[in-house]
Amino acid sequence: MASAIRPRRGRSRSGRARTLRSPKVAAGSLILLFFVLLAAFGPMAAPHTPDWRASRLDNVPHPPSAQFWLGTDVQQHDLFSQLLAGGRDTLLIAFVAGGIATVLSVLVGVSAGYLGGKTDEVLSILTNIFLALPGLLILMVVMKMMPDGDTGNPLLIGAVIALSAWAWGARVLRAQTLALRNQDYVDSARVVGESRVRIIVFEILPNLLPILASSFIFTVIYGIGAYASLAWLGLINPTTASWGTMLNTAQQFSATTSGTWWWYGPPALCVALVGIALALLNFGIDEIVNPRMRSTRRGRRSDRGPRFQLGLTPVVRDVVRAEEGIRP
Amino acid sequence: MRALLRRLWFYLLAAYAAITLNFFIPRMVPGSALQNFLAKMSTASLTPDQLRALQAQYGGGHQGLVGQYLTYLGNLLHGDLGLSTSLSTPVSTVLANDLPWTIGLVGTATVISFLVGTLIGVLAGWRRSGLLDALLPAATFFQAVPYFILASLLMLSLGFYGGLFPTGGAYDTGRYATVTPGWNGPFIANVIDHGALPAATVALASIAGWIVGMRNMMITTMDEDYVLVAAAKGLPRRQVVAVAARNALLPSISNFALSISLVVTGSIVTEIVFNYAGVGREIFNAAQAADYPVMQGILLVVTFTVLGANLLADIVYVALDPRARKVA
Amino acid sequence: MTQIQTGRRPVTTPTREVVLEVRGLDVHYGHGPGAVRAVSGADLTLHRGEVLGLAGESGSGKSTLAYALTRLLRAPGVITGGEVLFHSRPQGTGVDGGTTAGPVETVDVLAADAATLRRIRWSELAVVFQSAMHALNPVARVDAQLTDVLKAHRRSMTAAQRHERAVELLRMVGISADRLRSYPHELSGGMRQRVMIAMSLALEPQVVVMDEPTTALDVVTQREILEELMLLRERLGFAIVFITHDLSLLLELADSIAVMYAGRIVERASAAELFRAPRHPYSLGLKGSFPSLHGERVRMEGIPGSPPSLSAMPTGCAFHPRCAFAMDRCSRETPPLVTPATDLAGPDGVPPSSRASACWLQDGQQPAPDALALPLPPASAPLPGSPS
Repeated sequence: MASAIRPRRGRSRSGRARTLRSPKVAAGSLILLFFVLLAAFGPMAAPHTPDWRASRLDNVPHPPSAQFWLGTDVQQHDLFSQLLAGGRDTLLIAFVAGGIATVLSVLVGVSAGYLGGKTDEVLSILTNIFLALPGLLILMVVMKMMPDGDTGNPLLIGAVIALSAWAWGARVLRAQTLALRNQDYVDSARVVGESRVRIIVFEILPNLLPILASSFIFTVIYGIGAYASLAWLGLINPTTASWGTMLNTAQQFSATTSGTWWWYGPPALCVALVGIALALLNFGIDEIVNPRMRSTRRGRRSDRGPRFQLGLTPVVRDVVRAEEGIRP
Repeated sequence: MRALLRRLWFYLLAAYAAITLNFFIPRMVPGSALQNFLAKMSTASLTPDQLRALQAQYGGGHQGLVGQYLTYLGNLLHGDLGLSTSLSTPVSTVLANDLPWTIGLVGTATVISFLVGTLIGVLAGWRRSGLLDALLPAATFFQAVPYFILASLLMLSLGFYGGLFPTGGAYDTGRYATVTPGWNGPFIANVIDHGALPAATVALASIAGWIVGMRNMMITTMDEDYVLVAAAKGLPRRQVVAVAARNALLPSISNFALSISLVVTGSIVTEIVFNYAGVGREIFNAAQAADYPVMQGILLVVTFTVLGANLLADIVYVALDPRARKVA
Repeated sequence: MTQIQTGRRPVTTPTREVVLEVRGLDVHYGHGPGAVRAVSGADLTLHRGEVLGLAGESGSGKSTLAYALTRLLRAPGVITGGEVLFHSRPQGTGVDGGTTAGPVETVDVLAADAATLRRIRWSELAVVFQSAMHALNPVARVDAQLTDVLKAHRRSMTAAQRHERAVELLRMVGISADRLRSYPHELSGGMRQRVMIAMSLALEPQVVVMDEPTTALDVVTQREILEELMLLRERLGFAIVFITHDLSLLLELADSIAVMYAGRIVERASAAELFRAPRHPYSLGLKGSFPSLHGERVRMEGIPGSPPSLSAMPTGCAFHPRCAFAMDRCSRETPPLVTPATDLAGPDGVPPSSRASACWLQDGQQPAPDALALPLPPASAPLPGSPS
């Protein structure tokens, strides 16, 4: 665990450049950017409001057409408009949840790891209890009990989701802080007499950034899943426009078993794509934090080098070729 | 053993915290839903005893907060989780019917995904080849997509359109059912058939975590001298891998605690998609019917199940790591 | 401070039979454009029952060389040239037991496949790692770690025989049999290293490679263990490749010594020759860097500067930037490892076969500095402090 830690100063710029070139990070960022733009401008770009209905007489869902790009549902809502509008709350709630949970996890995890002793014991027990609690289930009960008006409030829901999600980050951050606390440069800062807050903010936190980012992304993935699930279960105010709510309506009208793929497919795909984009970003961060974990991809070209195997050091006799690569 | 006893204290504390949280959740939720609920109950056909128990659980009546809390604790000690308001049966009876299904489903899926994931992780870490790269996109997809979407996807593809597995229920019921519940061959086969897709959902969603975690730990462990010693000893390759894997497994088991509550809640959502007979379907129905006693009973029981699984993981860890047997 | 009872035999054993031969071994780290040269053209000869010391500062390539010749070097290490020949004799033939000597089987280590390597590993060529703390499997009991090699290499042994052998091995290194059920973390540092040594001898190998086996221990324990080790060697007759940065230790333990600098062997000599009459400026400096634990007082002189990094190797002789005697030529041409001109005719008119130095000062074109041209000691001369 400790081997993953390097003082931040040691990281070269080339490491950062490599990250940007990583196809995983590039793909993840592009997809995420697309959905952030969708969340910001989607509702404005939509041809209709989410509760606009094409006709009040017809009650058969229509497949995609030139008029309704993604077709309509039973009640003749324009599904394309709903899809464009449905990203905003989902992303907002997930990022709010991620932000709050990250702040909480830093407060609890870094304090526990740095202060140690009784503080650590109490905070660790608190963290472990929250880890064991089935967050989504508590959310289900709480959401059910909350009045409809409150379940339509994205900030409140984000905060509630964050309460059930901070413990993972706190646990990881505590372990890393514990390892960092005994590093030489932190010791020397302590000896020099820097204040505790200064040490935490300037010596410890910068080195926790990759883990912080990774835990933030993880919480956002969780937040998207949790919010979509709650909405799909019908526990979120049904008048809210969100992908989860769309899926809830589709579920109520048995869309999945009646072959109306255009109804449930696009919102499910959107939720899945955002999750995948974030997961790709997370893999990218992982590779920066632990460069050794990068998979050694063996290309088809034969000059990719020898095959390493524990206890069987490769012997490459072709000295001329090996010699070419050696700096004089 | 003393190390385990220390942990036991934590579990007792966590269980107590969950019980207390369960008591306060309805009181922390803003809004008048609970008052409405109680008002409705007082006009329902309940015995005065039952009504008093409900009031202790949800506030109201003439008892003070402390009195309510003590009544609630007393009832819990007798295994009394209250009365289901929609089914008019004790919550404990409802749960006794549901819980075995859920535990069977989660248990099987978790064991399968842990074993398969760990095995793939060991191989991926040992060979450092493109194996993981090939698996990564799929694994990412399964990990990043919410359970209910993955469950629906499997249900539609393999069940509804593929026709390979039943799409719902835990076993055949209804007029055309040919099986009789009990320990007989056809029934067990029927249960396995129905459980395949839900179990596959839970297993697929959690397998990526085991693969990546185990692979990374394998790579770290293979840098240890004792693995090189195993190779230097001229042991068969399988034994060398086993030395590394045996040590790499330890962190994987402590990660179990981090993930089990996610897996359990995920499987509850999965049950809802497949209309499976466990606590998932029960809590969904209870949410529809605003049956708070059932929801809270499930919350409590699921928390205890998660704590039990954690305790089990702790015991396994102590059994596998001789260093953990010393009291830290 | 007691001194190590090395039980030194005369350097020349009855059969000066070679057991391990390394010829021109080249090792690189990495491949392609970023690769660096870690070991260049290393030649070593290990005779049966001999202690061969590999000395040098950290980063000199001594461990790389030792791990490469066993094919245990980790990625990104690549062997790019040379030859490693292991002349194995079947079990039960000791160093001086010419009577039972069977036919010699030569294994070309660099050409060997995994199965061949597995066969000779530990049974004929064992390794003791620097830190037993890390070299012992933390989750396996001592007996399991001692008997797994028996199970793998001696298929015919029964469980009872394996147990008996494990007890015997522990007793050999002075540990009582009840420690068999212990886990490594329950043992002291010295005990762990003893277990490691017992483990390496489980199959009575012909060669044991020891990578700084006592560096992690305190000086007293270090002495005790080395004494035991030398007695065991006396009894069992295995040869040792002993890697250390501590030249003074080698002067006491080793029969012959190879000094490495920046991936090259710069001097090879018997311990007595190296101590009395070093022929390379680096050996001279290294000898002056360590206080002798006993014996005559010597003035401590370090070597100015620090060893070069593998990726920025000086041209010519890699030592020339730190060398007090450097000439123009040293920065242009790499000196070969050859017998010094001074020694071409030895003290008795017989050239000592093993003596070699990679230094232009010794090519006979110019008189070597006095410190590097001391006369060789007579073959039987004891080292200071050696039992006489």
